[in-house]
Amino acid sequence: MNTTYAVLSEGLEKRFRDVQALCGLDLAVAEGTVCGLLGPNGAGKTTAVRVLTTLLAPDTGTARVAGHDVVREAAAVRRRIAVTGQYASVDGDLTGAENLRLFARLLRAPRSRADELLERFGLAQAADRPARTYSGGMRRRLDLAASLVTRPAVLFLDEPTTGLDPHSRNEIWEAVRELARDGTTVLLTTQYLEEADQLADDIVLIDEGRAAHQGTPARLKAQIGAYAEVVVAAEGGEPALHAAAVVLDQLTGTEPVLDRERRTAGAVVLDPDLTLPRIVRELDAGRVPVVDASLRPPTLDEVFLRLTARKEAAV
Amino acid sequence: MSALVIDGAAVLVRNLQRIRHAPAITVLTQTMPVVFLLFFGYVFGSALAMPGEEYRAFLVPGLLVATVANGIMTGMFGAAQDAHRGVMDRFRTLPMSRSAVPVGQAVADLLTTAVGLVPLLLVGLAMGWRIEGGWPSAVGAFGLLLLFRFATTWVGILLGLASRSEEAAGQLGSATFMLPLLSNAYIPTDGLPGWLRTIAEWNPISAVTTALRHLFGNAPVPQDGAWPVTHPVAGSLLWCAVLIAVFLPLAVRRYARGER
Repeated sequence: MNTTYAVLSEGLEKRFRDVQALCGLDLAVAEGTVCGLLGPNGAGKTTAVRVLTTLLAPDTGTARVAGHDVVREAAAVRRRIAVTGQYASVDGDLTGAENLRLFARLLRAPRSRADELLERFGLAQAADRPARTYSGGMRRRLDLAASLVTRPAVLFLDEPTTGLDPHSRNEIWEAVRELARDGTTVLLTTQYLEEADQLADDIVLIDEGRAAHQGTPARLKAQIGAYAEVVVAAEGGEPALHAAAVVLDQLTGTEPVLDRERRTAGAVVLDPDLTLPRIVRELDAGRVPVVDASLRPPTLDEVFLRLTARKEAAV
Repeated sequence: MSALVIDGAAVLVRNLQRIRHAPAITVLTQTMPVVFLLFFGYVFGSALAMPGEEYRAFLVPGLLVATVANGIMTGMFGAAQDAHRGVMDRFRTLPMSRSAVPVGQAVADLLTTAVGLVPLLLVGLAMGWRIEGGWPSAVGAFGLLLLFRFATTWVGILLGLASRSEEAAGQLGSATFMLPLLSNAYIPTDGLPGWLRTIAEWNPISAVTTALRHLFGNAPVPQDGAWPVTHPVAGSLLWCAVLIAVFLPLAVRRYARGER
């Protein structure tokens, strides 16, 4: 009962001309945890971050960050947060060192802090090159370093690794883990289930501007299970695809999804005892001309298909 | 207030550093007027009724003002770049003064302009233009130029902040080079048809240009014409005051609110 929330929002709504970006978003992020805001493009993740970081006023609803109201006490919120991401970036025309010194001056931190951060994020060699000449990974590290000039109570990371190679991504992940260990609350948005899984204590699935689902990564995955996908031979045509769907339906009990272009039938697998050999045997018994079959963790798209399908069924 | 000074100075330094690392636009906007001066002075000048020598002396104050009026363009480019590249949103999440970013940009621009006018003045002097009046009024003329730059920069900053994209700001900004064409910067306005002359003389560029010709001792104040041209110093100061009073608060508010 004593949980203090670093981020707490109720009924946030925001409309842009013809798009309702947020429709009653409720969020609760406990202090000292990492919360992953997960959702496809256009789900409202970035709008949510913009509201929580005082960049955008919500139409209705309230939000408190680090104990202060984001609208009425915006200045106090800004003293406790840092933001890194697609919307809040560094100046590409300035060198890495100039960028960090600028933020050090604006935050009244000593100039030496800039050099410390350049060292810590492996940017000392590139310190005097304009940031626009940096690789994607270096640029993100500089972005992150700029957020750590003074230690924020809440750090917002908006898609921190989108477009990065695996090595750079791991470096960012390691830095985020380190911050979390030191007690910084982190709210990160991502399109990647894996990223949320790796970093977050809690995941909030955002869909159409509201929190569609919330829980620990393990709980979330248990609910979604795995995903079975079958590719049928082209000669089999439409009947083969349907035969595959029928078999999957019987095995999984979930609604199969057909993709005629890729000639695939897929379905969410909730039963942990359902193995790939068994699926293939059943398909074979049903004389379905299978070219390829797989059983793997679901992609985010499939998670969403699953969740929205359930939502519609519940109505 | 002290937050504005410290934060504004930090942003000012940052804007000067930007120019050092990406000098193209600044160099271009400061060298074009020199090219214009040579081109207009010798090519167009030879086709005008006014003797070439006289026209070139007439042209130098006009081009100084036209250059300074580019503040709309550079203000727009600067603000639009910041707004659309994410740097501005980072600033807006920092606990810093809510007017430091536009103020820092405007002051940095003023310093750049002061230096950037030197080549134009030197070429003007080489072409035969002289400060023919007293030094105090010449100092006043330079002061007026910088004040007008400050005023036009704020128009640019507001338009840049309100722009939909960097490209849109670039296109609209580039179109502002036409503003001096409809003024007495390059040509005397007394030959224009009545209604066109009225528009040209109410162009702030005309008031400032006339004030400069008067303060540099290049030409007497015209006896007839629109009020800002027959009272050029008062007219110029009034124009600057109006532009600053309208656009500075709007630009600062736009930055602080930040919604696009």
